[in-house]
Amino acid sequence: MLTLEKRPQPSKAFAYLTPVFAIIMTMIFGGLLFMALGKNPFEAILTIFWDPLFGEFASYSRPQLLVKAGPLILIAIGLSLGFKAGIWNIGAEGQYIVGAICGAGAGLAFYPMEAWFIFPIMVIAGALGGWAWAMIPALLKVKFQTNEILVSLMLVYVAEQLLASMSLGLLKNPDGHGFPGSRNLKDYPSAFNGEIIAGTGMHWGVAAAFIAVIFAYVLLNRHMLGFSIRLTGEAPRAAKFSSVNPNRIILFCLGMSGALAGLAGMFEVAGPSGQISIDFNSGYGFTAIIVAFLGRLHPVGIFFAGLLLALTYIGGELAQLTLGLPGAAIQLFQGMLLFFLLAVDLLTNYRIKFSRKEAV
Amino acid sequence: MDLSAINPALLLASLLVAATPIMIAGIGELVVERAGVLNLGVEGMMITGAICGFMATIITGSPALGFLFAALGGAALSLLFALLTQVALANQVASGLALTLFGLGLSSLLGQGYVGLKPPSSPKLDIPLLSDIPFFGTVLFSHDIIVYLGIALVAAVWATLKYTRVGLVLRAVGENHDAAHALGYKVVRIRVLAIMFGGACAGLGGAYISLIRVPQWTEGMTAGAGWIALALVVFASWKPWRVLLGAWLFGGITVLQLNLQAAGVSIPVEILSMSPYIITIVVLVIMSADKSRAPASLGRIFHASS
Amino acid sequence: MTGTLLTIDGLTKAYPGVVANDTVSFEIKTGEVHALLGENGAGKSTLVKMIYGLVKPDSGSMVMNGEAFAPPEPRAARASGVAMVFQHFSLFDALDVAENIALGMENPPPMRDLAARIRQVSEEYGLPLDPFRTVGDLSAGERQRVEIIRCLLQDPKLLIMDEPTSVLTPQEVDILFETLRKLTAEGVAILYISHKLEEIRALCDHATILRLGKNVGTCIPAETSARDMAELMVGTELQTPKSAGATLGDVVLDISGLSMPSPSAFGTALKNVHMRLRAGEVLGIGGVAGNGQDEMLLALSGEVRVDADALKLKGEPIGRLAPNARRALGLLTAPEERLGHAAAPNMSLTENALLTGNVRKGLSNKGFLRWGKTQSFAEEIIEKFDVRTPGPDNAARSLSGGNLQKFVIGREVLQEPEVLVVNQPTWGVDASAAASIRQAILDLAAGGTAVIVISQDLDELMEVADNFAALNEGRLTEARPTKGLSIDEIGLMMGGAHGMEVAHVDA
Repeated sequence: MLTLEKRPQPSKAFAYLTPVFAIIMTMIFGGLLFMALGKNPFEAILTIFWDPLFGEFASYSRPQLLVKAGPLILIAIGLSLGFKAGIWNIGAEGQYIVGAICGAGAGLAFYPMEAWFIFPIMVIAGALGGWAWAMIPALLKVKFQTNEILVSLMLVYVAEQLLASMSLGLLKNPDGHGFPGSRNLKDYPSAFNGEIIAGTGMHWGVAAAFIAVIFAYVLLNRHMLGFSIRLTGEAPRAAKFSSVNPNRIILFCLGMSGALAGLAGMFEVAGPSGQISIDFNSGYGFTAIIVAFLGRLHPVGIFFAGLLLALTYIGGELAQLTLGLPGAAIQLFQGMLLFFLLAVDLLTNYRIKFSRKEAV
Repeated sequence: MDLSAINPALLLASLLVAATPIMIAGIGELVVERAGVLNLGVEGMMITGAICGFMATIITGSPALGFLFAALGGAALSLLFALLTQVALANQVASGLALTLFGLGLSSLLGQGYVGLKPPSSPKLDIPLLSDIPFFGTVLFSHDIIVYLGIALVAAVWATLKYTRVGLVLRAVGENHDAAHALGYKVVRIRVLAIMFGGACAGLGGAYISLIRVPQWTEGMTAGAGWIALALVVFASWKPWRVLLGAWLFGGITVLQLNLQAAGVSIPVEILSMSPYIITIVVLVIMSADKSRAPASLGRIFHASS
Repeated sequence: MTGTLLTIDGLTKAYPGVVANDTVSFEIKTGEVHALLGENGAGKSTLVKMIYGLVKPDSGSMVMNGEAFAPPEPRAARASGVAMVFQHFSLFDALDVAENIALGMENPPPMRDLAARIRQVSEEYGLPLDPFRTVGDLSAGERQRVEIIRCLLQDPKLLIMDEPTSVLTPQEVDILFETLRKLTAEGVAILYISHKLEEIRALCDHATILRLGKNVGTCIPAETSARDMAELMVGTELQTPKSAGATLGDVVLDISGLSMPSPSAFGTALKNVHMRLRAGEVLGIGGVAGNGQDEMLLALSGEVRVDADALKLKGEPIGRLAPNARRALGLLTAPEERLGHAAAPNMSLTENALLTGNVRKGLSNKGFLRWGKTQSFAEEIIEKFDVRTPGPDNAARSLSGGNLQKFVIGREVLQEPEVLVVNQPTWGVDASAAASIRQAILDLAAGGTAVIVISQDLDELMEVADNFAALNEGRLTEARPTKGLSIDEIGLMMGGAHGMEVAHVDA
């Protein structure tokens, strides 16, 4: 008989080990899945995890790693603050979209003027856009105790419609021959978020992600506000007893995660993506949830988890090209990762015991 | 703009159709939540049901078998959630999200060869005589069986919760799992069964979209219906009949905005398309003023420590 | 009245790191009240859970009415005639009385018949109850009646009662005892779990005493002194705390016209509370559970804000201040619930020291935390209050109840408060920890701090308090000097019998 026994305190060792277990199990079951799809599992896993870094086209895909990891890390850092406090913002995708619209809109408002201050204004606009979008669920939760999960998620669908409206209307490229989508910011130097170091994929958004990791680390480990956030998640009543105002935590965590998601959207639209278009968003807001959990809501963990998930994106594309592995299989693969992580997380707080069966 | 093109009888009839998937998924989730479990994976289970039902119907040619497999598919996926939350004691919010992400990936993988196909149409229950009544015939008596099944399901859940021993035990488990355990009830077993019922309902609701409402398969076709079903449970304050009411309300809004789009009203299409989601938020805000309580153990992890 | 109902032979149950029951044996006779006596953690609950089928023994056996008895689950135990009145965790607040009772029965009759039966049985035993009221709205005493009636409807042979009087006023205790005597006269055996010695002497025919999981003795309570039983129970002689008898100073805390709705769904609102507390005074606030004790603490800690002038600390209105602002002024509190309210279970003791110590101990600088200083503070608490733990890095939940309570109380005491409010300071704590906590409270008062002790343990209040007041349905009585207060007077202050009536013995 298997029984569970609660550990007197969470195991430190397992806190580090569980993500590794989860990755290994996902590789095994992912391999089985790829086999079921008629692919060679070893080849597929190798294509996803090895080739983007060291394979034939690595020189092309390596910079992509940072390009994809940047937004994932930036969003996940924001989400992790809320998740730690038991505040579930799952509408980062919407905040990402609105941040992109505001950032791009602010830049295009100056077109064709060239000035140094345009890009900083776009950064601020992007952050504000995401922040404002996240303040909707935050204020509703504070004022009316409305469930933030449902509201933030509903706002993703609203944001998607807003995006469609923008790329067909207000932000549509006047010189675009009637095609939907905004002007391409790559052709507008003052607004373009180019690589800081050529050939690395390192753009301002990636730099912002690094800063966010450090910021979150200091906040959570060295600052009273971070302590209050953790305390709210661990024991809400103890937090109130300790003088934490739960509403302030809600406003801060949702606002912060919205602003970071908005920033991610803004950097993406001004850089790698280049323009506002109907399908500009690519699900980073949802994948970032996996990143946040895989990184165990720890800033450094999220950093590595972001790189890993970026790898699966790039490797997945590669596998799509070279092996004909369907794109949905990668999505499923990422979902599996979260599943296994949640399942093995049990070991951190519980011990599995094989109890002797009483005489048969 | 030509509002006269909107036929009120057809509008009301299609309201019932639009309401059915979220009603069935919502009543399933209501049972899950009354047992004290918050499964946020409704969207994932619905889309899995949608593709399972669609595939089974295409392969067997029988919509009835399609719905059966949709329910089985939804229940199978919900079993994963049950394993995570009831056995591995994982956080329910995170596990529900994982289920949705997983379900979306799984369904688009399964559905690759099925895009663009058309399923055989499901038989309509054209009740003779009754369906010939002007207006009411069209509105009430000329639907497919599932529409009536959905309403019957709401009634059955209501009666079960209110009048039967099973319902009482289920509510007790959702209210205070420690007390239920102390009295000797199998908390985990009851919850797993409730979760699977919820999964089967979500699967049915999903299949209704892919087999009747649309009917064809496209990736991510549930488009938030699962989340609206979750909102419906909050809206209903965990009371079965209010799920029915809420589903009709949301169904009505969806149908109305589609009709307005078709009639060429001078409101931008995007505004109309976002209206069901905005109204969901507004209703959630209004309903959060209602302090009737959620099941007290909702979302809490149960571990029999002794 | 003489046959043996249940024989318990060598029951043993071990949990990781602790043997909860070690070869426990005793007998319960038909129609007797048998006391199971022991401190917190002596293994009473585990033993009872084995009889009720919630826990399986590792070894040993039971015989009921001459037949082997090993219930695999509560259902089986109930079928054999065992019924249990729980101390906690067995009622469903949102369900009504009849539904709650139906859940505890194997084959409940239809609701209408059940309701009639409930009315009939509750009248018969003097425990009036409306079957259709929602349980969450009932008082603690009424909730207990629900449990008792749930048991009585099954015609039990053995009724297990776990600390039944902790939620009753002295008058209600008398009525309960009448009911129990009536039951034994009908041939029902009662296993009565308690650590209150006088009660056991008044009620029980036999007593089995457990210490650290072992049966350390059996006695006839009526013929044994409370002191002898206490020594068997505790093992060592206890030091009773000594008050230094400090003279009272000026009024430091002035509560006037404090009213507050309860933040929880089934809580009790505070109604027009008045009270004055002097420096060096220990005020004991008694009352049956659920009469506003938790709300009182929330109002004083600042977790719920009240009118500014309802609370005055040294003349300054503090009703609208947040907990930390009150701490800065010298008002500290320690809530009843250790895990989740007074401390965060999964966080380390260092982090838990920061939880309330930030302001007065200067544990942060412009919001940035001083972990070194915080850890020293935690270590100081651990050392001065003899908290048994490997170190301040350990999680709060890894500590035993008594040790964590010493940590929680020590955390506040070492911050040198002007006013300290504690709720149930020794609830679920072993005797030696309880004694040291009480001593700490008295020492603090001797140093000039004003202390409010909210407790349901009247013996404790009589021991530490200078003055006594009681909470009854959210109202606070006038405070009276503890000295010379009789148990009857205390009972009346607590609200008397709350509408109970004595069992109709002639029925």
